[in-house]
Amino acid sequence: MPLRSFFGGVHPIYNKELASGAAVEEMPLPKRLVVHFTQNLGAPPEPLVKKGDAVKKGQVIAEARGFVSVPVHAPTSGMVKSVDVFPHPVGTDLPAAVIEPDGSDEWAAECNVERDSTGLDGEAIKQIVFEAGLVGMGGAAFPTHVKLSPPENKPIDLLIINGAECEPYLTADHRLMLERPAGIMEGAMLFARVLNVSETIVAIEKNKPESIEAMRAAAAEREGVRVEALDVVYPQGAEKQLIFTLTRRRVPAGGLPMDVGVLVQNVGTAYAAYEAVRFSRPLIERIVTVTGSGIKQPANLLTRIGTTFQDLITQCGGLVNDTGKVISGGPMMGVAQYSLDASVTKGTSGIVLLRRAEIPQFVSDACIRCGRCVRVCPMTLNPSALSIFIERMDFDQAAEYNANDCIECGCCAYVCPSRRPMVHHFRRAKAELRKAARKAG
Amino acid sequence: MLTAILSLAALALLASFGLAIAARVFAVHVDPKVEEIEEALPGANCGACGLPGCSELAKRIAEGKAEIDACPVGGESVARAIASIMDLSYAGTGGRSVALVMCGGNDQVAAKRFYYNGIYDCTSAALLFGGDKACSYGCLGLRTCAGVCPFGAIDMLPSGLALVNPDVCTGCTKCVSACPKGIIKMVPADRLVHILCSSHDKGGKVRKTCKVGCIGCQRCVKEAPEGAISMDENLAVIDYRLEIPPDVAESCPMNTIVVQGGDVGETVTKVAAGGEE
Amino acid sequence: MVENGEMRERKNGEVDSASAESGGAAKSVSKPEKKEKKKEEITPRFLVSSSPHMHEGQTVSGIMKLVIYALLPVTAFSIFMFGLAAFRVILISVGSALLFEALSQRVMKRPVSLRDYSAVLTGLLLALNLPPTSPWWMILVGTFFAIVIGKQIYGGLGYNPFNPALVGRVVLTISFPVQMTARWITPSMWGMNPVTTATPLGRIREALLSGGQVDLHLSRQGFLDLLLGNRAGSLGEVSVILLLAGGLFLIAKRVITWHTPVSFIATVWVLTGIFHLIDPTRYANPSFHVVTGGLFIGALFMATDYVTSPISGRGMLIFGAGCGLFTVVIRLFGSYPEGVSFAILLMNGITPLIDRYTKPKVFGIRREEKAAA
Repeated sequence: MPLRSFFGGVHPIYNKELASGAAVEEMPLPKRLVVHFTQNLGAPPEPLVKKGDAVKKGQVIAEARGFVSVPVHAPTSGMVKSVDVFPHPVGTDLPAAVIEPDGSDEWAAECNVERDSTGLDGEAIKQIVFEAGLVGMGGAAFPTHVKLSPPENKPIDLLIINGAECEPYLTADHRLMLERPAGIMEGAMLFARVLNVSETIVAIEKNKPESIEAMRAAAAEREGVRVEALDVVYPQGAEKQLIFTLTRRRVPAGGLPMDVGVLVQNVGTAYAAYEAVRFSRPLIERIVTVTGSGIKQPANLLTRIGTTFQDLITQCGGLVNDTGKVISGGPMMGVAQYSLDASVTKGTSGIVLLRRAEIPQFVSDACIRCGRCVRVCPMTLNPSALSIFIERMDFDQAAEYNANDCIECGCCAYVCPSRRPMVHHFRRAKAELRKAARKAG
Repeated sequence: MLTAILSLAALALLASFGLAIAARVFAVHVDPKVEEIEEALPGANCGACGLPGCSELAKRIAEGKAEIDACPVGGESVARAIASIMDLSYAGTGGRSVALVMCGGNDQVAAKRFYYNGIYDCTSAALLFGGDKACSYGCLGLRTCAGVCPFGAIDMLPSGLALVNPDVCTGCTKCVSACPKGIIKMVPADRLVHILCSSHDKGGKVRKTCKVGCIGCQRCVKEAPEGAISMDENLAVIDYRLEIPPDVAESCPMNTIVVQGGDVGETVTKVAAGGEE
Repeated sequence: MVENGEMRERKNGEVDSASAESGGAAKSVSKPEKKEKKKEEITPRFLVSSSPHMHEGQTVSGIMKLVIYALLPVTAFSIFMFGLAAFRVILISVGSALLFEALSQRVMKRPVSLRDYSAVLTGLLLALNLPPTSPWWMILVGTFFAIVIGKQIYGGLGYNPFNPALVGRVVLTISFPVQMTARWITPSMWGMNPVTTATPLGRIREALLSGGQVDLHLSRQGFLDLLLGNRAGSLGEVSVILLLAGGLFLIAKRVITWHTPVSFIATVWVLTGIFHLIDPTRYANPSFHVVTGGLFIGALFMATDYVTSPISGRGMLIFGAGCGLFTVVIRLFGSYPEGVSFAILLMNGITPLIDRYTKPKVFGIRREEKAAA
């Protein structure tokens, strides 16, 4: 039975072939790593190191502060050269530790030890996942152990492993599924054990037939696991849309997947959980796709957290001359960077480099009410009306039209013939509404 | 024809009679003081007092629920007028305050770190790495403060800075809360010496980002009367309770300190000149 | 927090030493500084904007051009049927629309936007809504009202509440009833032998007013002629088949959706059908009503105007039905033989209302406890 997709969505040019054929290569250890302390949504972790400290690979350099927070680990052994403010790929400048590797890449004690996971119960796995600093690796970077701890009254009956990778250009998840399907599957089974669910779906868009095949093979002998091939429509991989496509369940507006008994985890996160539980390796490296027409040799690189964009770009042969935009993440939801000093974080799935000629610019012409945005909005909002309210600074009206439910997928701006900066408008409205809410107490 | 005229006239009479009765019966007693106070208030309905409009404030003042100087816009003169209506005495706070944009980094002197493409609004621009100015404390110059000013007291200079006209500014503080960078401050209107910088960055970084930024050299601290200028995290800050002689501005190697004359444009000329030096 | 305090202290310490070094040489500091600055000067390198960083590529002018392409067959056919007269009307209308657009934008100190093709489209649509016999001055009045009063006064494209071309046409219909509704000519190859005549709807209206019966023979005869466009009428309204082809092209290109035209035409068909069943001697066949007059050009090209019609599918269905209702009421009971343009304008007026009541529901039901908390 073919799965009917959600309402709306767009069909961008995916350009995945730029990097999809490139096998994952290991990024050589750079001369300098800029490890951000803030690598998760929620409370920023508390830094533990200062200038001059020696660190070992896998050593905790920032500890979790509160429940919605995870520790950060040193990606290699070496010396902390300084602690200063650096551009963070999510769009602000934040404090980070600059680590100069000593080249020996020596693990801290108790790390990188093989462990038999068969006897572990859910709580033990959750604790390992937390200590390994796992966050959602699809881009949102929400702490994994929090997701694995649903409240008593919200039982989970379905685990979805998200390999949709609907963002154009990016191929990191694709390569991971293709090259390490067994690890992903084992990680998924660990999650399933924590949640005590019997049904697991691995969801992959149809434009990755090799991945689907590899995952099907890995899932073959496991019970309660199936791989679903999804229609290629952006944003198929967005949590709410993915759940709807697979189960017809609608996550309530303002709610979480757990409200409909579902948990969604990215394939990268599942693999990281496997690494953490089986080999006691904290999350210190990930696959990053470096791609786009602005880079000489697109590649998928196994990269230490903290590697600067400049180092990755150098590794890929450098920029072409007229590269005008550096995007952390995919081109639909990624964040444009102003500096190549930005460094890879746990949520950095790729770097997309675009040449000047292919960058669309926002011009903010008047809305002609063509309704294209209404027809593509996967959250069934009315982006046209919203953007007009926000232009008039009528944020109350915008709230009434559910501005806060926007998932910032970018479909509206992608189709807008007037080139209005729709997503920017909504982000502004959300910021203003937050400000108003704070004022009101 | 005649019937039509008569019947309409009768209808009109009836209606006016009804209205007259209604006006008596349903009359709402309004304290005459409320109307007088409302008359005395500026009437801009700007909301700076925190209430929806001037009539609401007038009511509160008449009921004694708000202070007679609760209108920040009207200042002392309005407070005095209200005091006489309410038969109260008003001592006065001494001088009105006006808004001042604490940044002199216009496009000629302050570096930008990227090309911004988005909504023409500071709050929106600040969502992307805090704005395109290399200095993270700099005025973004995208008109947000000018847009919220109910009195049209803020001009956008072609050089990319917002400038408050102190003669028009009523001190309603709307721009202060609208500025996403938090660099608009209230200062006494009669003070002429200002430090036009908000950067807490270290001197070396400021030099890289802006030609008129405060580098924290503390020369002005030594020149100025004891305690009039103090350092707050690499930034010289004026204590406006003390008077500062204009020649302190000469001591500043970055031309961050400006002397504001009667002419509004003067501040800017000074800043621009500082950049070319 | 502790870390912050430490950093602050350190910062201050460094500044102190820096100021001590430069303390003596006050005036000479600026020169060497400059050299250093040159080396490390921060310059913008990349473009930063909010996501998304891709675009489909469609533009406003692209959409306008597609609509104009869709109207080209009809335009060509009108020249074929009415000859030079039609060409003259189109030329004056489009030319003056562009002129008024440029002039008014210049006067109102707005950027002149002839390149978005919206003025061309308005001029063309107005021309297609005029009789081939229109005098030149009347066309100028029409385009003036369409562009200046109908659009630019409100703030230009995107802000006009009423369809500009229809504003022009309705002003002309009311101001110059003779020129607009009484001087029709029969189509002929290249307009060689124009003969004064009445439109099919006009003839029915006359028959109704004079108390006579509707000539049923007339309403049935030549259905094919009506479809092809071999009849008197405005330039662009005559050929139903070519209009339909243009409309289907726009739907295929996703410029418009099926909602408004289908609901508009279906409503007219159903309502006139009901009246026809009640009294076939007074009310013409529904199919006749559908193919005559300006229904097709109205439903496919005027009622679907983005700016002045509802934005959601449900809204468009309501909008089309309302247009159909008013059209039938005016045609059967009003004093004008044709009501499509009035109907669309009326519905334009309540578009904001329709939009408000057909606001799409956000994906997922809102949680009750969230509203409570």
